[in-house]
Amino acid sequence: MAPGQGGKPPALANPSLGGQFNVKLAEQLLNGLQLGFVYALIALGYTMVYGIIRLINFAHGDVFMIGAFLFFFGFNVWGLPWWLALPLSMVLSAAIGMAIERLAYRPLRERGAPRIAALITAIGVSLFIEYFTSLKFVFSANFRVVPRPFEDTRFVIGGLGISTVQIFVIATVLVLLAILQFIVYRTKIGKAMRAVSVDQDAARLMGVNVDQVISFTFGLGSALAAAAGCLFALAYSQISPFMGIMPGLKAFTAAVLGGIGSIPGAVLGALIMGEAEVLTAGYLTSNYRDAIAMSLLIVVLLFRPAGLLGKAIREKV
Amino acid sequence: MPLLECKDVSRFFGGLKAVSGFNLTLEVGELVGLIGPNGAGKTTVFNVITQIYPPSLGTVTFQGKDLMGLQPYQVCQRGIARTFQNIRLYKQMTALDNVLTAMHPRAGYGLLGAFFHTPGYVRREAELKAEALSLLDRMGLSHRATELAGSLPYGEQRRLEIARALAIRPALLLLDEPAAGMNPNEVDNLVQMVRGIKMDFGLTILLIEHQMGLVMNLCERLVVLDFGETLAEGNPAEIQANPKVLEAYLGKGVSA
Amino acid sequence: MRPNRKTLIAAAAVLGLYVVIELLRQTNVLDGYWQQVMDLSLIITISALGLSLIYGFAGQFSLGHAAFYGIGAYTSGFITKSYGDTPFWFILALIAGVTAAMVAAFLIGLPILRLKSDYLGIATLGFGIIVKVVLDNTDKWAPIMGGSRGMLGIPHLTTFAWVFWLTVAAVLLCRNLILSSHGRAMITVREDEVAADIMGIDTTQSKTLAFVVGCGLAGLAGGLYSHLYPFLHPTSFDFLKSLDVLLVVVLGGLGSLTGTVVTAVAWVFLLEGLRILPEAFLEWRGVLYALLLVVVMITRPQGLMGGKEWSLYKSKGSSAAPGKGGNSRASA
Repeated sequence: MAPGQGGKPPALANPSLGGQFNVKLAEQLLNGLQLGFVYALIALGYTMVYGIIRLINFAHGDVFMIGAFLFFFGFNVWGLPWWLALPLSMVLSAAIGMAIERLAYRPLRERGAPRIAALITAIGVSLFIEYFTSLKFVFSANFRVVPRPFEDTRFVIGGLGISTVQIFVIATVLVLLAILQFIVYRTKIGKAMRAVSVDQDAARLMGVNVDQVISFTFGLGSALAAAAGCLFALAYSQISPFMGIMPGLKAFTAAVLGGIGSIPGAVLGALIMGEAEVLTAGYLTSNYRDAIAMSLLIVVLLFRPAGLLGKAIREKV
Repeated sequence: MPLLECKDVSRFFGGLKAVSGFNLTLEVGELVGLIGPNGAGKTTVFNVITQIYPPSLGTVTFQGKDLMGLQPYQVCQRGIARTFQNIRLYKQMTALDNVLTAMHPRAGYGLLGAFFHTPGYVRREAELKAEALSLLDRMGLSHRATELAGSLPYGEQRRLEIARALAIRPALLLLDEPAAGMNPNEVDNLVQMVRGIKMDFGLTILLIEHQMGLVMNLCERLVVLDFGETLAEGNPAEIQANPKVLEAYLGKGVSA
Repeated sequence: MRPNRKTLIAAAAVLGLYVVIELLRQTNVLDGYWQQVMDLSLIITISALGLSLIYGFAGQFSLGHAAFYGIGAYTSGFITKSYGDTPFWFILALIAGVTAAMVAAFLIGLPILRLKSDYLGIATLGFGIIVKVVLDNTDKWAPIMGGSRGMLGIPHLTTFAWVFWLTVAAVLLCRNLILSSHGRAMITVREDEVAADIMGIDTTQSKTLAFVVGCGLAGLAGGLYSHLYPFLHPTSFDFLKSLDVLLVVVLGGLGSLTGTVVTAVAWVFLLEGLRILPEAFLEWRGVLYALLLVVVMITRPQGLMGGKEWSLYKSKGSSAAPGKGGNSRASA
């Protein structure tokens, strides 16, 4: 999986060409923004689910993968226009995410099982999805190339190269973020989500249907992850049943970096991770890309143990 | 030299004044009660003394030495032990092991002994276990030695917490609402027990309590807190007659 | 220390087990393939015991265990490949692997062990990724280690004898530690870290001890692993491998050495057993494994032993060990 759009820049830009250096930097920053925003959509699902039931949903990265495949099938096999395939993928993935919660996580919750049990179950669900979809009669284990449904034209604005795909990806993410913002802060269900993530028992006592809220959160997060999958397929053109592992891991790292449970934190963390990854690959070496990103995380956690925007909860004695 | 000295101790949480200008001098061998309405700052005082968080202002001195900057475990190792308002035992460990954990700082064998169960280790473990068992026995819990702490009935859990605190061999014992949830019969037993351990273990005791019967019977001296500030100080009789105290806080269970 | 009857019986049983298995191997009743599976299962057991100490007993959520496994593997492999394949060098190599893992654990533990549970998990996961990336790039600074192409030519020095007796040693070491005051202190950190601190336990010290010892065991397992197969590759030490070990520890029941040992062995054999599936179903291996995992966790979230130990071997004068059900409840 190669992030970065439209070819790689030279590993070390020639600084004597100052203006060119700045343009290359700006283009790399743009690449990082694109990747970061895609990570952000995935990270939001992790952070919302964690915020509401303290679960690291390892299967979330695989919903991202399913979203990508549904998008691919939608406009490539089922003959839908691509701009319909995207929302369809989101809706179907939301349903899948909610089904996973219902079948695998809720039984544990109802039994009061320890958190680690839910975590291991999540790992199991993730493995199941990956192995099942890599069966020959499902998606098969190979990489597939996703043909681009619309032309990726490059044009130059003020010396800066930018492509239609980049614009589309960034614009879509911004729209989805705005919708999410609206849902979480201006609807009843959003208020219920926030209440449950602060104090589940108190919310229940106040008449909130906690199970429903949890379901909805999973659905919402899964829809966003699916959107990320579609955009990823659009931007980087390759999909495979195991494509969710690394982006899922990085998105989860991003969510923790920003403060797990915090929605703005997830976006901030994801942008940082995206930029770090692209800039390291562009200017240092792509070999140590992941190591640098993880080192960044550890350094941040040393100074902000609850993440950049996280709240350090003082335990009452 | 007084055992414990709190001088002008204040503790703020943001804009909230949990404790303000608190003064207390404890001489060796005293049994002092800290009372006041809910939220008056009593547990905060305990927390500051044990350095769960440091005082925002003022000093806490124990055996002549300032406790500022110490970690809670260091404060404990200097000789201050406490129990908790809402019982914090190690639920998945046996009663005996709960008591044994308090002896860890003076376990007396290193990693070599621990890994290889040397004769020195075996001997020392036996001594530790004997001491722990005798403490359990003292608290009437011998029959529970091998049961998980989390499965004990409430009253026994409270007693186990005290046994664990005693295992530290403290000079100062802080009891946070030891009688919470107890019926009058149990409270009477508790009074006897506290007097007994104080004498047998040479303790100085500071206790927080709401049950006025216990407090009036047990404590030689009382300090009354209200809204983080000391309202009154004196012996039980004086406190009971103090109009400010009566106004701020009508105790339960005892009519003067 | 005069050994009592129980000790002698246990020692005899262990020795007997060794003799029986060694005989089965020598006479090829257990063929070469299953011999290797057995070796691997014991190696995984040692690694799992390490994580059991760290997470099952001390409550420190580490998602980077495979990193220390890898550090041990590569360090020891480097030494025998560079200096010699005699038993002397093998022992030295194993010691070096363990030491390297412990030093790495100590250094990374200093800053990160103070993080709270989930954050510690992600920090250790991050460390694991850093180590994997370093292993992938070893060919840049130590070509003998092969980088992402893998390391060849490590002498095959791991025999059943080595693995078996080192596993026994590891079990004894862990058991002894857990029964001691240091072990009790670790468990208090798991149970209620704040209370432990207030009641005199230096929690940082206890956490560090568990982490360093646990990672040292991973390093030992790694050293044995690298001398088992002809080919060492960084993908054997990625975060999915860390998840595998975590799985084993949780499935076995947190706070139970018995559970860890039994589950580790069973798990390796199960994975291999799935390979026996008829050709048509071979690709269903992963699906079945995952399904099994989910079902087991939902139906028995406390794991195999639920925190209890099988107490055949308890030395004189010990009460029921911490984290386990009392004498009256010890279940086989």
